Amino acid sequence: MAVSGATSERTVGTSLVVLDGVNKWFGELHVLKDINLTVARGEVVVVIGPSGSGKSTLCRAINRLETVDQGTISLDGLPLPQEGKALANLRAEVGMVFQSFNLFAHKTILENVTLGPVKVRGVKPAEAEARARELLDRVGVGQQAGKYPAQLSGGQQQRVAIARALAMEPKVMLFDEPTSALDPEMIAEVLDVMVDLARRGMTMVVVTHEMGFARTAADRVLFMSDGAIVEENTPEEFFTNPRSERAKDFLGKILRH
Amino acid sequence: MSDWTPSERELERRAVRRRQATRSTVVATGVTVLVFGLLALGVVSSPGWQRVHETFFDGFHARESFDAILDGFWINVKLFMICEPLILVLALAIALARNARAAWLTPVRLLAALYTDVIRGVPTILLIVLFAFGMPALQLEGVPNSALFWCGVALVVSYSAYVAEVFRAGIDSIHPSQVQSAIALGLSRPQALRHVVVPQAVRRVVPPLLNDFVSLQKDTALVSSAGIFDALFAARDYGNFNFNYTPLVVVAAFFVVMTVPLARFCDWLQRRWMERERAGAL
Repeated sequence: MAVSGATSERTVGTSLVVLDGVNKWFGELHVLKDINLTVARGEVVVVIGPSGSGKSTLCRAINRLETVDQGTISLDGLPLPQEGKALANLRAEVGMVFQSFNLFAHKTILENVTLGPVKVRGVKPAEAEARARELLDRVGVGQQAGKYPAQLSGGQQQRVAIARALAMEPKVMLFDEPTSALDPEMIAEVLDVMVDLARRGMTMVVVTHEMGFARTAADRVLFMSDGAIVEENTPEEFFTNPRSERAKDFLGKILRH
Repeated sequence: MSDWTPSERELERRAVRRRQATRSTVVATGVTVLVFGLLALGVVSSPGWQRVHETFFDGFHARESFDAILDGFWINVKLFMICEPLILVLALAIALARNARAAWLTPVRLLAALYTDVIRGVPTILLIVLFAFGMPALQLEGVPNSALFWCGVALVVSYSAYVAEVFRAGIDSIHPSQVQSAIALGLSRPQALRHVVVPQAVRRVVPPLLNDFVSLQKDTALVSSAGIFDALFAARDYGNFNFNYTPLVVVAAFFVVMTVPLARFCDWLQRRWMERERAGAL
């Protein structure tokens, strides 16, 4: 199995995820327009923008849950494989957290976290379980290991989803609006886990509207609108002094209330 | 324990609830006795009841025919026990074939669709007669040529088409996001099906599956039309010989006794799954 941990050193430079001239259409709709993006190892990039701006599609393109029509995406120096075993191996290296958690409803919390390592990586069940318990403790749901997803709160489920992704020891974590389906209290507990992850040096691409998170943890904010990256800046600069009209307009709307 | 004691008002509430419960029990019992009593009275007081009682509910004939029916019923039970697992396996295979995505599997997908369409269009009794009388005539090498064997094959062929559709509905009902998150973890599509989709789909279709099980248990009696000496055949044989149809009622009782526990068991299993997997969302 072509597997390596987050410390792989196949490339000399620091860039981990590179999108080069990426374009995508849904029929007539041009959803990704000439996206050029380089995410460095250990960097935390927050993608922000109005709904329908293509930020989720961008996030999902990075592990090829969405195909792209033009351009290349590469991870750690290697272009994304088209399909088959190679693609599955790549996806194992990219952790993904969804807006709606998507835990496996028929498996316990512990089984949710061990499934990937056991079936994809071939880790021994006992070993995977020990590691899973460690991760569940780290995200604060160790007590719930024997329960089923439906018996947990949304915030707990999302933290399990993060643990499940981390169990694969990914090189990069993608978060597709991880807190959009949660109440404020639960948002905080999920963001705490994400901030901790960022501090530990995980490379992250986060689609979110949580400006608090962007300010605390992000190295860079990308503002997307109509499928294009309109603005790119440090969080502080972006939020206090947006340059483009569309960003000003968007921030004006979300900050009004 | 705490030293909490219920307040006056709480005690009052409990008393009211108790009174309501008692009242509803009394009403339920009264109405049930009344309705069933009237039904029984209606049947018993009908002009032909005496005749029907002698022909269909005769204790002597029930006892006399019991052993033969029991022997025949053993064939029904065996048929069911052997056919059911085969049906489940074959049906799941057909359902998965119909859901195959890869382009090169198109012929398999079409074949599976054709199978379910054609087989469901043919009456089960016709399949049984065709298989039981037609297949042995082929004098195939290496397979049994008994009518009973081919009756079993006919039941498997017929029911797997129905059960395949049940499985397919279950598979289709699993939200695509479950597959996506499995794939995002690095599982292959077959692995996602095996570990994520199928287990959830099967749980979801237990009630319709049970319906088909019960149906199959009864349809094992269709083999009597191919001359197999099952419970129904034994009862008819006895009835034709003695001009008394009590054995038919005995057979009906046998089938009911076999199906009810299965229904209860499946309900219990279903409830257990629901409780833990849809907690709060029941």
